[in-house]
Amino acid sequence: MQDTVEKKYTFKDFASDQEVRWCPGCDDYVILRSMQKALPDMGVKKEDVVFISGIGCSSRFPYYIDSYGMHSIHGRAAAISSGVKLANPDLSVWMITGDGDSLAIGGNHFIHVLRRNLNLNIILFNNEIYGLTKGQFSPTSLIGQKTKSSPYGNTQPPFHPGELALGAQARFFARLGGNSPKEMTALFVEAEKFKGTSLIEILQNCVIFNDGCFTQFTDKKIKEDKQIFLEHGKPMIFGKERDKGLVLNGLKLEVVTIGENGVTEEDILVHNAKCEDNTLHQMLVKLQYPLATGIIRSYEDSTFEEREAMLNEQVKSKSGFSKVDELFFSGETYEVK
Amino acid sequence: MTVNKIQTAEQEVESLSAVVIRFVGDSGDGMQLTGTQFTDTSAMFGNDVATFPNYPAEIRAPQGSLYGVSGYQVHIGSIEVSTPGDDLDLLVAMNPAGLKTNLHALKPGHTLIIDVDSFSKKNLQKAEYETNPLEDGSLENYRVIEVSMTSMTKEALKDMGLDNKSITRSKNMFALGMVYWMYDRDMNHTLNFFDQKFKYKPEIAQANAKVLKAGYYYAETLELIPNAYKIMPSEMPKGTYRILNGNTATAWGFLAAAEKSGLELFLGSYPITPATDILHELVKHKNFGVKAFQAEDEIAGVTSAIGASFAGDLAITTTSGPGLALKGEAIGLAMMTELPLVIVNVQRGGPSTGLPTKTEQSDLLQALYGRNGESPVIVIAASTPANCFDYAFEAAKLTLEHMTPVILLTDGYIANGSEPWRIKSIKDMPEIMTHVIDERSETWHPYDRDNDTLSRNWAIPGTPGLEHRVGGLEKDKITGNVSYVPDNHEYMTNIRAEKVKRVENYIPDLEAEYNEEGDLLLIGWGGTYGSLHSAVRKLDAKGYKVGHAHFHYLNPFPKNTAEVLSKFKKIVVCELNKGQLAKVLKSRFPEFEYIQYNKVMGLPFSVTDLVAKSKNIIKDN
Ligand SMILES: Cc1ncc(C[n+]2csc(CCOP(=O)(O)OP(=O)(O)O)c2C)c(N)n1
Ligand code: SF4
Repeated sequence: MQDTVEKKYTFKDFASDQEVRWCPGCDDYVILRSMQKALPDMGVKKEDVVFISGIGCSSRFPYYIDSYGMHSIHGRAAAISSGVKLANPDLSVWMITGDGDSLAIGGNHFIHVLRRNLNLNIILFNNEIYGLTKGQFSPTSLIGQKTKSSPYGNTQPPFHPGELALGAQARFFARLGGNSPKEMTALFVEAEKFKGTSLIEILQNCVIFNDGCFTQFTDKKIKEDKQIFLEHGKPMIFGKERDKGLVLNGLKLEVVTIGENGVTEEDILVHNAKCEDNTLHQMLVKLQYPLATGIIRSYEDSTFEEREAMLNEQVKSKSGFSKVDELFFSGETYEVK
Repeated sequence: MTVNKIQTAEQEVESLSAVVIRFVGDSGDGMQLTGTQFTDTSAMFGNDVATFPNYPAEIRAPQGSLYGVSGYQVHIGSIEVSTPGDDLDLLVAMNPAGLKTNLHALKPGHTLIIDVDSFSKKNLQKAEYETNPLEDGSLENYRVIEVSMTSMTKEALKDMGLDNKSITRSKNMFALGMVYWMYDRDMNHTLNFFDQKFKYKPEIAQANAKVLKAGYYYAETLELIPNAYKIMPSEMPKGTYRILNGNTATAWGFLAAAEKSGLELFLGSYPITPATDILHELVKHKNFGVKAFQAEDEIAGVTSAIGASFAGDLAITTTSGPGLALKGEAIGLAMMTELPLVIVNVQRGGPSTGLPTKTEQSDLLQALYGRNGESPVIVIAASTPANCFDYAFEAAKLTLEHMTPVILLTDGYIANGSEPWRIKSIKDMPEIMTHVIDERSETWHPYDRDNDTLSRNWAIPGTPGLEHRVGGLEKDKITGNVSYVPDNHEYMTNIRAEKVKRVENYIPDLEAEYNEEGDLLLIGWGGTYGSLHSAVRKLDAKGYKVGHAHFHYLNPFPKNTAEVLSKFKKIVVCELNKGQLAKVLKSRFPEFEYIQYNKVMGLPFSVTDLVAKSKNIIKDN
């Protein structure tokens, strides 16, 4: 675990001297600012923070944070982050990635990093498009979506990152709209606290190539009616009037109105993010209406580095060797005189 | 049993002081074990040894088939032995397929031991024999010893209550016992080995011991097999030895480098033949703090290593040809970020999946140039199983001291072959300096360089005040920030190349062995060392003015390369590829003429062929 800090940082301590070069209006700015605000609240030392990214618009992120960082190659941030964390488990490692970066070229690394459950944090900037290469469809683009590389409409069905992640045994999955800075700041702090791989999907608007792709959920005016913000231990209630809720009807989640047809608050499902069984979490990530946001799953489990450390200790206590010379001269050797 | 008349041809001195034995059989017959036991026993007796395991790519190829033959060749000598040998003095064939595929290597007049029980109609058919070679006279030129090995093994074990499979499985020990008697070897090493290996299955240990002794006494009692040669201990430098194969030696070299440099060792790897054994070896050593990570693919193998390197570990990744192809982009990243990283490529027959269990040297150009952009890295190659230890250590030292990736080339031949290794202690190894900095100076920048090596400093996450960002985009020459400035790109391209070039100031000169000048220079690199060395030794002994220059450093080349080449009338570049080093030499040293000698059969060079080729070239002078 990271040493806790005595020194109090402000968000300025984490702003680098590099000029930020995203398109004006891009949600990436919101994410950056939320992160710079969250970092001082995490209780980690600045020198222990490492940002690792792949390639894409979002992946320029590490340049803008004044800590250690690597802007690497397309799709491989998960493996690089894993190496950093395995080399030094005391670091606070943040992987920054996009939907193309992690779900297309880096798909393999993405599922395996979740499976292993290192204690690191992943922020997936999902804008349902390739930004940096100027507007081709991505693995999260919708069927029928017209893009530079699908002028007549995309014919490849999309991945839902949450579904994919839970299928790969993600222990922590959260989702948030790109225009919710306050919740985002708090969420980043929560993710850092979580022991294990935490995956945060941000629905990030790309003003240039996919503008408004999430407004049906994120538009300020309708947000509360179209989204449900989940909190562990709280009933799944949403809506401007806080009168809508989720119940389980057979094998389906269903929206009900409190006060109608005899439905009371007691009937509404209470969110349990921390249970091992992810069946309900899977239903929540698939839900189209309302869109589930907040921490959908947060199940603490042993981490890869913990399991490795335990094994190392066991091997160490059994092995007679502490210096390689002892190994070299052990076993079957013979003298030439 | 037929014992044909031996034609005692006049033998060269060397063949009296060394013998080459090959055990062949079905891939389930335990030939590798038989071979390694004979090797270890001979080494402990004091012989110099070199081995060549040769096995099929299929784990369980159809029994008795020609492509399912597994062989193990060992060369033992009372003189220096540098290859597993060309032609055989003794062939032990456990089945017809083994006989068919290996007989050509046996010297006429020499001994052939055959398990006749396996020469059934079915097995003969599988080996595509139209007539039985035991009956059709085709073995007339050899000294054939027909033994009912399977039935005698059964007989020996009949009272032990073992199942049929366990019984027939131990017939390889019958063969080994016979060979032990023939070459006057002590059985104790192997008997101890059984006790160790079957600690918890004492009845299996006993059965193997019984069969081994049965073979030994059979050979003795029948007195039909004379002790052909008495191979005396060789005169090797004094010291403590052990038998090491190239992959283990490579792994140990890295363990040594980690301890010497005070860094923790990180391996990111994905299994691929014939490199996997390095992973197998390193995962055992968690007690030394080794972090061996079996990744989801080669790209994750190398990139996890880059992450570990960024975080301050001695990071390596191991692979074979196709895996190196996948790692190319990431090696470029390590080069650009100027982080230490060793990439081991245990070459195998290519291209594509090629010949996974056979040897070749055709990844040289991939190692030198197989990346996008101007992307120079240090490339070195080990040349014998034991010196894989030194070159793994050297690769680690170079990458840490020069802050740029190093590709270490070995190959399937030396990776699986074994030889005596005079054990080195950590204190005998050279010091390794790192460029780790732990404090911020007034003027510190991430891309500040050492004046001599041009290495960048290594500021490791967790160090206060040195926070910085690296990445694959072009760097400003001082701050390391992203820079698209044209002059800066050219400057950085040049300095990365110059950094690698300056490594020539830190590596040993090229040496021509046997003769420093003369009529002919044999040039080689990597795992062909033993064959070239033996060939040149023979030529030299016959008075030819032939030298042998072997490249361990392929980028940069040793500084005196041109000088060495200039001393010979003719130069032959010998490679197990179509001429990759020759191509590079032609462009680097165009003032010389190069003759190429190439072989791409998945097999090592034959010393006999090399000698003949060299004589021909000299004759043409
Ligand atoms: C090996 C490789 N292939 C392709 C590319 C080109 N490329 C760069 S970013 C990108 C897609 C980025 O999309 P996404 O991850 O969604 O990030 P965004 O730019 O939208 O933030 C592609 C295809 C590359 N840099 N490297
Ligand atoms: S292209 Fe889209 S994702 Fe990229 S910076 Fe511009 S708005 Fe943001």
